[in-house]
Amino acid sequence: MGLRGPMPGPEDAADLVAVAEPAAPLVVPSSRQLARARRRASRGRAWQQFRRSRPGMAGLVVLVTFATLAVLAPVLFPPETISVVDATGDPLSPPSPGFPLGTDESGRSILALVVWGARVSLVVGLAATVVSMLIGTVIGVMAGHYRGWVGMGLNRFTDWFLVIPFLPLAIVLATVLGASLLNIIIVIGITSWPGTARLVRAQTLSVSARPYLERARALGGGDLHQMTRHVLPNVMPLVLANTTLMVALAILSETTLSFLGLGDPLAPSWGALLDGAFTSGAMTVGAWWYVLPPGLCVVAVVLAFTLIGRALEAIVDPQLSGQQR
Amino acid sequence: MRPGTRYALRSVASGLGTLLFVVIFNFFLFRMLPGDPIGLYTRGRNVPPEQIEALRAELDRPLVEQFLGYLANPFSSTINSARFNQPVWTLIGERVGATLLLVGTAIVLASIVGTWLGIRSAWQRGQRFDNVSTGLTLTLYSMPEFWLGMILLIVFGVGVGFLPGMFPIGGIITPGVDPSSLAGILDIAWHMVLPVTTLTAVYLAEYALVMRASLLDEMGQDYLVVARAKGLMDKVVRRRHAVPNAMLPTITLIFMNLGFVISGAITVETVFSWPGLGLLSYDALRGPDIALLQAIFLLFSIGVILANVAADLVYAVLDPRVRA
Repeated sequence: MGLRGPMPGPEDAADLVAVAEPAAPLVVPSSRQLARARRRASRGRAWQQFRRSRPGMAGLVVLVTFATLAVLAPVLFPPETISVVDATGDPLSPPSPGFPLGTDESGRSILALVVWGARVSLVVGLAATVVSMLIGTVIGVMAGHYRGWVGMGLNRFTDWFLVIPFLPLAIVLATVLGASLLNIIIVIGITSWPGTARLVRAQTLSVSARPYLERARALGGGDLHQMTRHVLPNVMPLVLANTTLMVALAILSETTLSFLGLGDPLAPSWGALLDGAFTSGAMTVGAWWYVLPPGLCVVAVVLAFTLIGRALEAIVDPQLSGQQR
Repeated sequence: MRPGTRYALRSVASGLGTLLFVVIFNFFLFRMLPGDPIGLYTRGRNVPPEQIEALRAELDRPLVEQFLGYLANPFSSTINSARFNQPVWTLIGERVGATLLLVGTAIVLASIVGTWLGIRSAWQRGQRFDNVSTGLTLTLYSMPEFWLGMILLIVFGVGVGFLPGMFPIGGIITPGVDPSSLAGILDIAWHMVLPVTTLTAVYLAEYALVMRASLLDEMGQDYLVVARAKGLMDKVVRRRHAVPNAMLPTITLIFMNLGFVISGAITVETVFSWPGLGLLSYDALRGPDIALLQAIFLLFSIGVILANVAADLVYAVLDPRVRA
């Protein structure tokens, strides 16, 4: 093994120890314990590196702030405050002490709506990313792992989806499925997986050529074992960095689709607020307080995810860090 | 066969494959809609009984027969738009020009400004210009384009506080002005200022980021060390050696990004009531006007597929390495 591979990894060494001395009186940590300790150490190293990235930390602070607001929304503003029926303010009134960010066309407080919007936008963004990441990773790993027509077919399929323009496809799907929060999540998930699949496939191809996969095959590991135990753990860090960037895109997509009226009318996401501002004619009366806050929130959160994603990417793929800095 | 020809044939064939996929997808997706298709296609308008009969006869044909007919000519739709009660391809034909004018101008401006920003910030990596420019482009990149449009519209179209509105708040031309006269052309240009600014700002972010990353990739290469060692001026090293190589990914991106460009057109045309395909899509989806949506989706997909094939071919012309 030492002859073939450039250097046996720590995992191989652990396997050897465990196999050679199964009943040693010394306390030899099991391979699993070693692996766990190694993972903990590498997470610690990654965090140390991440902390040194100023943009990344700034993104994290912004994100934590928004997440806290989203969690506390029902405490800060009871659900009645964003109900159209119980609205207390005048329609489209500018900021005042009672309504720090003014009111919308039905007299609800914009501040309350924006805070509640954080909930919807973050949840949809994260959920859609999970959907898209799952589809993309499964198809990408399979496309890279299986040679022959399965791999080629999956690769073709990815290419087709990659080419179809996102927004028209999303509009068509959302029209067919109907407007609801769950459907928005499904639509964004279905339309955004090909990028991940392509990235994962490339990484899988490079991992497949490495000696430890040859070893797994020689020991009789099946396809599923190879993919889940050997390929996936090595592809995962890249996927995670990519995921953070994808949340940013998912939130932007949600905003766009909701702005076009394809979101859930009862869930006040930031995009839905902008739709409300647009359709109620808030722009023509110059109601900037209705348009400005939701958009600023989108920019802040999307930028935060992008900065974190770039910082993570630089850690996962050190070649990139030279480029960004 | 020469390798170049083989490469070209392969990318054209792959484009045709994608096209077939889109056509099949487009046909069956809309057949999956729940409810009575006649009701969906004629939503919200009074249709003479003979037209309904014709539609029913069309939709009552066996699915395979309908599909083969669609496959033979996807543009032969006999179903009118529910909203405008006109053949869908006539409607689309009327709107193409406005979108091409708006989006074309924005792409040209964005690629010039974007690549310039990218080149300069990569060349001065880590300095003040780079920090400001990268921060700005990342922010623009994180921005919903229609929101930027709404803000510009409020500030410069409607006017805020003491600032009066200067630009028109929508449309392509003031009603009653002849578009072929000089005054008409100037009026159109005046109407274009805000939407073009919005689209340019959003598009240029991506071009700048890609150009910067791609030039940084080249900057570590040995041939640049050689160029410097020959004693060439910094400007010449950049302009004659580094930038031409770094341009390749950016040029491909400009072509490949048409899907992204279309998204921008849909929302920004909506905000500025620009009478192009984007606004038509918005009207179609607000209906929803199924026949029109189906046609627009097909058109946009074909546009993006063509752009992708073009990107492949242009890349092959510019970079002999991929032809091998």
